[in-house]
Amino acid sequence: MFRRHGEHCVATFAPDEVRVLRKVASEVVGLLSEGFDHEDPVVERLFPDIYPEDPHNSAEFRRYTEGDLKTSKIDQAGAILAVLPSDGGGEVRLDWDTAEAWLRALNDARLAMGVRLEIKADTDLGEELDEAVLRDPTSSRVFQLSVYAYLGYLQESLLNALTD
Amino acid sequence: MGGMAAPQVAPVETPDVDEVPVADRAWVTIVWDDPVNLMSYVTWVFQKLFGYSKDKAEKLMLDVHHKGKAVVSSGARERMEHDASQLHAYGLWATVDQA
Repeated sequence: MFRRHGEHCVATFAPDEVRVLRKVASEVVGLLSEGFDHEDPVVERLFPDIYPEDPHNSAEFRRYTEGDLKTSKIDQAGAILAVLPSDGGGEVRLDWDTAEAWLRALNDARLAMGVRLEIKADTDLGEELDEAVLRDPTSSRVFQLSVYAYLGYLQESLLNALTD
Repeated sequence: MGGMAAPQVAPVETPDVDEVPVADRAWVTIVWDDPVNLMSYVTWVFQKLFGYSKDKAEKLMLDVHHKGKAVVSSGARERMEHDASQLHAYGLWATVDQA
């Protein structure tokens, strides 16, 4: 988890954490590049219609802004990939701008996972995880739910370190 | 000029510098509740993007959370579109509407 160190936000990651972060950031990049699909509910959530009751003006706005928005989201996910230790675990030190890029990228990753996991306003993450473990502790849902929870803690710790 | 009585000036209603024509004021940016975004993150985004105080940002965040949505800015249509797309860059679910 992140803590403030002078002008930097610093965290030490275990090899497993680095692997998970690399995986989720790469998945976001994939989703926004070769896998980009307007029908995908994750894409709908990351690129909401600006005029929900006016498809024509929404599409028009999208035509002008979607490229830039996509690029900035790919760049911020890239900011995670760029500073992760290349091999095993290790320390990550983020300056102000990089920390903000990480915050946005972690948020995008959580949004994407939240859509796939069907997280709702009344979802109790602990209960969901317990149920999933009872059904099958080796299932991908157990893994995804725990990664989703982990990213939430990580994002919160980075925000606290940044605004400390 | 000494000795001259100061001219009597009646107070005049001066237009507020922030005032914009009604037609341009008639648009709003709305942020919708979403089950994923952290409350602390949403508050931070409002402070960061709009320069709102912590108190104001927190109140707006709680409005979004409890009422399902909140108007976070208002003004000319182009400005609202700009605000909404900035909010999208931060992952908030924002739309534009006529007030």
